[in-house]
Amino acid sequence: MREQILQLIEKDSRISMKELAVMLGTSEEIIANEIASMENEGVICGYHTLIDWEKTNVEKVTALIEVRVTPQREQGFDRIAERIYNYPEVQSVYLISGGYDLLVILEGKTLREVSLFVSNKLSTLDNVISTATHFILRKYKDDGTIFQKPEKDERILMTP
Amino acid sequence: MRNPLSDKAVQLQPSGIRKFFDIVNEMDDVVSLGVGEPDFDTPWAIRDEGIYTLEQGRTFYTSNSGLKPLREEICRYLYRRFSLTYDPLTQVFLTVGGSEGIDTAFRAMLNPGDEVIIPEPCYVSYAPCVRLADGVVRPIRLQEKDQFRLTPEELLDAITDKTKMLVLPFPNNPTGAVMEKEDLEKIAKVCVEKDIFVLSDEIYAELTYTGDRHYSIAGMPGMKERTILINGFSKAYAMTGWRLGYACGPSGIIRQMIKIHQYTIMCAPTNSQYAAVVALRDCDEEVAKMREAYNQRRRFLMNAFKEMNLPCFEPEGAFYVFPCIKEFGMSSDEFATRLLREQHVAVVPGNAFGESGEGYIRISYAYSIRNLKTALSRIDKFITGLRAEKE
Repeated sequence: MREQILQLIEKDSRISMKELAVMLGTSEEIIANEIASMENEGVICGYHTLIDWEKTNVEKVTALIEVRVTPQREQGFDRIAERIYNYPEVQSVYLISGGYDLLVILEGKTLREVSLFVSNKLSTLDNVISTATHFILRKYKDDGTIFQKPEKDERILMTP
Repeated sequence: MRNPLSDKAVQLQPSGIRKFFDIVNEMDDVVSLGVGEPDFDTPWAIRDEGIYTLEQGRTFYTSNSGLKPLREEICRYLYRRFSLTYDPLTQVFLTVGGSEGIDTAFRAMLNPGDEVIIPEPCYVSYAPCVRLADGVVRPIRLQEKDQFRLTPEELLDAITDKTKMLVLPFPNNPTGAVMEKEDLEKIAKVCVEKDIFVLSDEIYAELTYTGDRHYSIAGMPGMKERTILINGFSKAYAMTGWRLGYACGPSGIIRQMIKIHQYTIMCAPTNSQYAAVVALRDCDEEVAKMREAYNQRRRFLMNAFKEMNLPCFEPEGAFYVFPCIKEFGMSSDEFATRLLREQHVAVVPGNAFGESGEGYIRISYAYSIRNLKTALSRIDKFITGLRAEKE
């Protein structure tokens, strides 16, 4: 049940409790309880909206930054990750296996703003060895949703 | 000039859907619930394989019966999913959609005057194909009180000494009815006793939503040697436009079917055949996802009809619901026409699928929930209006 609820609200967080109950063949009460417990347990961390900012007039720059760091005694990568993710302009921080350690996704208004963040704040942290910044030119698909795809039903309107 | 036409062709009934299609086409803003094909795109892995084989230049005819690896994969699949055993070399061949298998089976098995029992409401092509093969159609009018299942009593009643075949179209388009194992056992017994062959159209076999998985009558005792199983990739894998199906059965019948197929079609589309190997091998999970989505929509519709007080038998398979509109005192045709003209919602009148579909409409849920919501609110408005008129 939980997995089914999550799959549905992951695609549409605005779906109502009643609709969920109908579609999953259960009661509204059970759905409400499951969702409440998942919120409490931190399984559900928020209800966000997926926006294609390119279609708005808002200027935004997104960068992926590869960060190599020296892990700290007893705390591994957690401490340094925390120092990075506490900046509000940082969208995501992932610990990565392979050629570097942390992948930082950063949003800023301009290239200059992002560059300044990297050079002034990120690179200067004690345990950061090096950074490589990649700017995102276009988002084709995000969180399982294709941005450019027009929703058109190609089917013949009536078939047996 | 002489009459250029064959009487047989001229006497075929035009499809009851055609008329609606013409009206729908001249309107904009129509929300259609009228299609008989999935709304999902073919899973990407399948499309990718299709593209790859085109790039590789695999664009030639295959053998008449189809690619051997695909036939082997089909046999493995039928065993895995439905415990059916077929020999890939002699008991299976690939067809252009399930439709070609239906047509070819009748042509390979019927002599003039042989009777074919067809439970209705059902898909529109069986009766015309029987007539084209010089057979005689014997419809059985399935009843809502039997959940639109075929009962052994009805079958026995319809059997004459000319009866040669029974069409078994379950899970059913348009009703969404299924036949459970116990129902099939009873039908199988009658078929064996009366020496009748079965054309089992199981194109919706992957789309069942309650209780057990789909059962095939071919798996019942004594039935494999008298059943032609029709299946395909259109519904389960959302591959309608690829035009690929298959027929399985006793080698003696399949051999004759392949002979007809060889002269009329040559072979099923090569590109589709390569892609279908991937469908059977790698796409169980994709099928399960689509099945779950259909089931959610099915529940959604059933609940909406309940709230509208529109009586609707609970379908357990395919992707259709078949609500009853008898309370409004008009024919299915009239209801569907007015719904289309007044609220711009296209549904298929039940009588398009046989006389016993009169008093019902077929609603397809091969649509997104958002789409269904819009359509349902318009249907609600429509029937509320009709009920007010009546008072």
